[in-house]
Amino acid sequence: MAETLLETRNLNRYFGGLHAVKNVSFAVTRGMIKAVIGPNGAGKTTLFNLVAGSIPPNGGQVLFRGRSITAWKPHAVAAQGIARTFQTTKLFPHMTVLENVMMGRHPRTRSGFIAGMLNLPHTWREERQVRSKAMEILADLNLTEYARETAANLSFGRQRLVEFARALATEPQILLLDEPAAGLNIYETQALSRLILRIRDRGITCLVVEHDMSLVMSISDDVVVLDQGAKIAEGPPRAIQRDPEVIRVYLGDDHAAAGKS
Amino acid sequence: MNKHLRMYGPVIAAAVAVVVLQLALSASHAPYYMTQVTMSVYYALVVLGLCLLMGYAGQASLGHAGFFAVGGYTAAVMTTCNLNAYRDAALIGWCRSVGLLIEKQDLYGHPMLCFSPWPACITALVLTGLVALLIGVPVIRLKGHYLAMATLGFGLIIHRIVQGAQVFGQADGISNVPPFQLFGDLEVNGRAAFRVQNYYIAWTVALVALVLAINLVHSRVGRALRSIHENEEAAHSLGVNTYRYKLATFVLSALFAAMGGILLTHYNGSIGPSEVSVMKSVRYVAIVAVGGMANLWGAMLMGVLLSFLSLRGVFGTYDDLVFGAILIVMMLFASEGLLRMPNWRALRARLQGKPHG
Repeated sequence: MAETLLETRNLNRYFGGLHAVKNVSFAVTRGMIKAVIGPNGAGKTTLFNLVAGSIPPNGGQVLFRGRSITAWKPHAVAAQGIARTFQTTKLFPHMTVLENVMMGRHPRTRSGFIAGMLNLPHTWREERQVRSKAMEILADLNLTEYARETAANLSFGRQRLVEFARALATEPQILLLDEPAAGLNIYETQALSRLILRIRDRGITCLVVEHDMSLVMSISDDVVVLDQGAKIAEGPPRAIQRDPEVIRVYLGDDHAAAGKS
Repeated sequence: MNKHLRMYGPVIAAAVAVVVLQLALSASHAPYYMTQVTMSVYYALVVLGLCLLMGYAGQASLGHAGFFAVGGYTAAVMTTCNLNAYRDAALIGWCRSVGLLIEKQDLYGHPMLCFSPWPACITALVLTGLVALLIGVPVIRLKGHYLAMATLGFGLIIHRIVQGAQVFGQADGISNVPPFQLFGDLEVNGRAAFRVQNYYIAWTVALVALVLAINLVHSRVGRALRSIHENEEAAHSLGVNTYRYKLATFVLSALFAAMGGILLTHYNGSIGPSEVSVMKSVRYVAIVAVGGMANLWGAMLMGVLLSFLSLRGVFGTYDDLVFGAILIVMMLFASEGLLRMPNWRALRARLQGKPHG
């Protein structure tokens, strides 16, 4: 039995009168690709932000490797080995692609203010390692030629790839991907699914929030379906595709009835 | 190696320019310009610290004259207050025995017992650091205009305190601040005989501060600060403790300001409430803006140049108005600053007709 890497227990979150996430519990096993799907406004991104620490939950727990990280700040969550990308790509626009990826090394390096101001020899060494590791990751994603380009000048698809590179540079145990296929064309989406599979094969667990059904069904090992903040189904993609409740939520009651008969 | 040359080459060039300027001023008919340059360099120290905070960490402060004052006034009070009446107290006795105090005579020949400048300087820096921390802990959580308002409030409070408190000399400020003997014959002293020496002391301090700042912005911390400036949420998600980084930069930049305050107070032999006025804080912000926000060289250059022009009285009675106007114009037409390093790569690419991305 593989280890449970990330787990949520009865997670709740309100925004004023809106119950955005209702008692959501699920677990992510090490080495799998888990997808969270659901119609618009189902609470997918909120759930994600609860896990990543961007917003604290009103109730429930988030556990990482059996340890509670509930309501930890994002930087502390990141230091545990949890990396994320954003629904709308959030690069550092005026920094170069290389610098963006070098930022990903932040939780793995230590030089502080004093060392930085005095430019001590160990900070050079660290800086060299940061640079070479970042270049290695860029080469791996075929981005080497853009290393010195300002991030804002890249095409949308490449910016997303750089965000992946930046997240991978943190050497995460789990990668949280918030709608990675949003805004990508069909070819880019195919390339993306190959990339996610490759990341998984290297031992990095992935949790994907996604809209694009074909992507979810083709790559994920396990799917959680949310509707109006609550979990309505969980299981392997084949079972989810036949689940009447899921069909009802996505296509309406008529289709659910037709599917049963 | 190449990288280090690129980082420090300009500093060496600047040092050469400083020597050339000194020789030119000494040879000219107006060597007293050197005095105003020296003062301007100390003001530039404040600007340099503010540049780190505003340009790199992206946090505004309208209270930097306050930090300048905390440093300057602490040094002034400690080196001028007469502890003679308490000479028998145990604590004072201990301070004397470890050499923190010096005996001297006032203008009328009465004996005086004061702190010597080194312990005063260190106390001033520690105190400024603590004040900045105390202000920063609640205030750094604020963003944008709110942060500017809160630091403005701090500046106003300090201004009122020095104007109202007897110990700070009220409207007269504190005069007869002794020279600051650094090492051996080197001393921060405003008398004409020390003019050349002090010109070099000021520039040495400023260039060392500049090198420290340059190192910092090219380090892991500098990159993290820029990332906070560019996208705080993303920086946070990459493990940057954004609050701590901003707070540390706030304290660091307050220390730069205090250093300028301490040295200038010893150089002038006095400090007054005009140094603490809100318009001084606005002036520092305006200079950072003209210098190009995230441009340490621009801040340094503009800090010296504009302070010098102001001290020479070029702006006359319109002094404050000029800096206010500069700030407005900068914000309206060039929020990136005049001296922003041109983006050579983009320029070259455009000249070659090469599209981006």
